Amino acid sequence: MMRLPWIVEPRIGRTGPRALLAPLIAVATTILAAVVLMSSQGVAPSRAIWQLYIAPLSSLYNLSEVLLKMAPLLIIAQALAIGFRAKVWNIGAEGQLLLGAIGGSLLPLWFNDSVNPMMLPAMALCGMLFGIGWAALAAFLRTRFNANEILVTLMLNSIALQLLYYLVSGPLRDPYGFNFPQSALFPQVAMLPSLFGMGRANVSIIVALLATVAAWIFVERSMTGYKLQVGGVAPDAARYAGFREKRAVWLSLCIGGAAAGLAGVFEVAGPLGQLQRVVSPGYGFAAIIVAFLGGLNAIGILFAAFFMAVIYVGGDMAQASAGVPYAVNTSLQGVLLVSYIAARLFVDYRVRWRRDITQQGAN
Amino acid sequence: MGMAVTAACHLRSADAGPPLLELGGVTKAFQTVVANRDVSLAIRPGEIHAVLGENGAGKSTLMKMIYGVFPPDAGEMRWNGETVVLTSPAQARKLGIGMVFQHFSLFESLTVAENISLTVPGGVARLTTRIREIGQRFSLPVNPVALVHSLSVGERQRVEIIRCLLQEPRLIIMDEPTSVLPPSGIPALFDTIRELAAQGCAVLFISHKLEEIRSLCHGATVMRAGEVVATVDPRRASASELAHLMIGREIPHPKRSAPTPGRDPVLELRGLSQPSDDPFGTGLHDVDLRLYPGEIVGIAGISGNGQKELAALLSGEAVLDRGRRDLVRILGSGCGDMDASRRRDLGLAFVPEDRNGRGSVPEMTLAENALLTGHAQGMVRRGLIERSRMRAFAETCIREMGVRCTGADAEARSLSGGNLQKFIMGREIRLKPKVLVAAQPTWGVDVGAAALIRQQLIDLRDAGVGILVISEELDELFEVSDRIHVLFRGRLSPALGRAEATVSTIGDYMTGGFLSPDATEARATA
Repeated sequence: MMRLPWIVEPRIGRTGPRALLAPLIAVATTILAAVVLMSSQGVAPSRAIWQLYIAPLSSLYNLSEVLLKMAPLLIIAQALAIGFRAKVWNIGAEGQLLLGAIGGSLLPLWFNDSVNPMMLPAMALCGMLFGIGWAALAAFLRTRFNANEILVTLMLNSIALQLLYYLVSGPLRDPYGFNFPQSALFPQVAMLPSLFGMGRANVSIIVALLATVAAWIFVERSMTGYKLQVGGVAPDAARYAGFREKRAVWLSLCIGGAAAGLAGVFEVAGPLGQLQRVVSPGYGFAAIIVAFLGGLNAIGILFAAFFMAVIYVGGDMAQASAGVPYAVNTSLQGVLLVSYIAARLFVDYRVRWRRDITQQGAN
Repeated sequence: MGMAVTAACHLRSADAGPPLLELGGVTKAFQTVVANRDVSLAIRPGEIHAVLGENGAGKSTLMKMIYGVFPPDAGEMRWNGETVVLTSPAQARKLGIGMVFQHFSLFESLTVAENISLTVPGGVARLTTRIREIGQRFSLPVNPVALVHSLSVGERQRVEIIRCLLQEPRLIIMDEPTSVLPPSGIPALFDTIRELAAQGCAVLFISHKLEEIRSLCHGATVMRAGEVVATVDPRRASASELAHLMIGREIPHPKRSAPTPGRDPVLELRGLSQPSDDPFGTGLHDVDLRLYPGEIVGIAGISGNGQKELAALLSGEAVLDRGRRDLVRILGSGCGDMDASRRRDLGLAFVPEDRNGRGSVPEMTLAENALLTGHAQGMVRRGLIERSRMRAFAETCIREMGVRCTGADAEARSLSGGNLQKFIMGREIRLKPKVLVAAQPTWGVDVGAAALIRQQLIDLRDAGVGILVISEELDELFEVSDRIHVLFRGRLSPALGRAEATVSTIGDYMTGGFLSPDATEARATA
């Protein structure tokens, strides 16, 4: 065995406040990294902080933008966290979101002059089924052939994107749209009602909050949630108790697929109003970060989704007003995830120098 | 060799000369628990010295300090009269302290010599001859070029001892070395230990088995709750005196009455053969077993003879194809293809030998662990957990089994192995099973609690439950069982009634004595 000059040992007895430490450190590091990154682009630190973190909350319109972006992040992250607790790694929420958007678009495109008030619920259902179907591919391959769900879901993202490109430039393209790769506009009944008089925030945030409550009850109070968690932390105990592993895989992936599919519907039925080549600014990936930043805990994810939405909106605004490249946004998401993972190591474990330990022994 | 003669030699060698190792006032605490308090001990060259105590008395902590795994918080250690501070096992080995652990650390897919060459300098070829030499000198026959997975447990132990001896130690620590051996293998081990002592090596012999200590050791340090309660000459003390010192009171024995078994078996295996999933595991061959309500059937045998595989096939953690489902029957219905939860619905409860991570979820509280198998006891309504009932169930288990913990909210991993075992045992008993399968039910549990668990098993039997106990502890099986089978290389012996089941018959069965002559060549290596 290789002998490193330090040893890493777990801290025993986790306490409440310490659980908050890692996300707070990650957030602080991200803010610091933002300042450094923006400075390198010629933006003064105070202006960078203002642009990224304060401006998004400074007006009702901006706040409504934050809520608009928070909704899909929250819905998806809550569902992914359920799977992650069961150690089923669904990295394919982005693809499932795209499938949801496609599935949700079919009805308003086929019945383009519909005035049926059931249109939105039907779209939501259809989109969720498409999302579930996409995730089910991974579940089937994992339970039948033991194919790793990380790889399968990840690769299905790319396939979903190509499928979307094909559909918007072919079968679902608007016949009167001058050959632009996008669908016809949705009828009014297919659009989500907006929340305030102004801004683009819509009822999706209400649904996301309800999903949060549902996720909390599912994880903390339901027997099914308990079974999933046991399967995640102690697979032998799950087998001993007779909790079926295949069921956990199916359930985890399907919940994730349904949530991502719903988020996809909300995008096309919300800010977009049609099916386009670009449906999501990477919500499916960002939601993975949100789920971890929130400690895989329903309440924590609520705050994490809010913070992530602020970064999204702040990044967009900085791009528009300060000429900062969009890549800053993606970089900050990366910094957030990496610093969270690093912080978790130091919060859950402590690192001691071997030399110190031996000296302590000698005294 | 003549045992009486060598014993006489020891007397002389053991009583003369200054101590090789001396501990004075050694104290060690972990977090808030004091594992060793003011422990003193002395051992001379050529002496076989017992450290006697229950599980949790602090024997292991003491041995780990002597072997340099961690330093004491206070106190002194003298080696040949000189004060030493050990900071690593490597340093202890350099001084001449060797240790043979209870659990072997050998790679199954390497040969004996290759395994040894990983930790002992010198090429495989040179070591091969040295292994033969040492084997001859100390009557430890083992083939240096054999692959470890083909060796019996006794042979593996010999490999560990040889590995230790190759470093030419002057003190060898042996941690419960007899616990892995069949009764027939113990005299050979004792001969080796006596031979070592005769050649001047000191041996620290850790055990809680009184008769072994009385027949082997020259001196004994008795520990209880982290402290030395007595240093005695075990040859002059009676077993009951030693027991009294060890646990501080008389050993309680469960009360039992004659069994009144029912007519229809509650658990049946019919000619079950099944290879092991583990490449180094032991498959089962043609196992026939009938368990009737109101009786306790014991399965004896050295671990590694198919116990793990048998338990998994009974519990439903391993399942058969649908076509062979009838080979396993619970209350008459074929269930070989059912998972654990559906077998529980039929009335089965099961206590596995691994309590952490299998019988319980270490990261979860005891209340949440009650839910693991107890969820059908009214703890779930319309899919939601009834937390108050879950807690109440856990608290009942804690109270009635005397589980030492901070309450139902204590995490399972914060409990000692014995306490967690009590909790799991209590939980499974309270599921009101019709069949209970318990693997190593009192392993690591202190004597008092073990008696409580055994009494509960007997009471459960009297209430009409069929109980199967898989155990390595013969004493335990003799105490509770109405009939005893022995598992050897995946084959189950015929049942022995209480009257026929003696240490010598069981010991013979444990090395394959029940097999037909054509199968006996397999016995040679045990």
